[in-house]
Amino acid sequence: MASNQIMFILFAAMIIVFSVLTVTSRKILRAAVYLLFVLVSTSGLYFMLNYQFLAAVQLTLYAGGIVVLIIFSILLTSHISQKFESSGWKKNVFSAIAAITGAILSIITILDYKFSATTEAAKEVDMRLIGKSLLSVDYDGYVLPFEVISVLLLATMVAAIVIAKKSGPAKTQSPTLNQE
Amino acid sequence: MNTGIPIQYFLILATIMFFTGVYGFLTRRNLITILMSVELILNSVNINFLAFNRYLYPNKLEGMFFSLFVIAVAAAEVAVAIAIIINIYRRFTTINVEDVNEMKF
Repeated sequence: MASNQIMFILFAAMIIVFSVLTVTSRKILRAAVYLLFVLVSTSGLYFMLNYQFLAAVQLTLYAGGIVVLIIFSILLTSHISQKFESSGWKKNVFSAIAAITGAILSIITILDYKFSATTEAAKEVDMRLIGKSLLSVDYDGYVLPFEVISVLLLATMVAAIVIAKKSGPAKTQSPTLNQE
Repeated sequence: MNTGIPIQYFLILATIMFFTGVYGFLTRRNLITILMSVELILNSVNINFLAFNRYLYPNKLEGMFFSLFVIAVAAAEVAVAIAIIINIYRRFTTINVEDVNEMKF
């Protein structure tokens, strides 16, 4: 067995185990840490597929940014030692049936389909090519989605500030949070 | 580079991850854990895009840029969602979806 197969099996096992733990863990902070493990293993898969830039983006944005935001909001909104009561067994069973049925159907479809790859030469993905494609208006250029994403990020910043700021005189806010 | 790993392995892995996220989305009651399930779903889709790009069309870059934009949209989504969640917590002092059933502003 080649080393890359061993690496793939390792990453796949980590992703599956930790994503199941993420959705079943009863302690919310542990669920967030399991999510971090899933995201880091995913970036390992990106490295295996030879997309170094995207793996770095995954590590910095997801593992560094989003998980920190989630943990921050967990600390603001819930007690760390608090455990969830498990939702009713009926809900769990039916959700599991739905998820497993969907997964089995998709896997059968994937195994049935004959994938045919293109025969053209592979393109080497380096930083120069990524930068040129992002700012090019040619056939292979992505300047329009790039600009749309920049407008979206600006709108997001404005929206996050507007939503999270205190509106006028405190009306029904909880007394514990007013002292900040 | 990827000898010995068929594309189906990547797709099956992404499928399992996706439906784990769906299961979490259906069973969880805390808003933040629901958000984490959505993150799982978005990540599995990214794996699919990259596997398709690398295995089937290595002469193009569509899948890679689509994943890049998905990551950017996910970051924006999480920022707004957490602002909303903290606002909900201020108003109701809980983020359990079953206790938050009023949309009055």
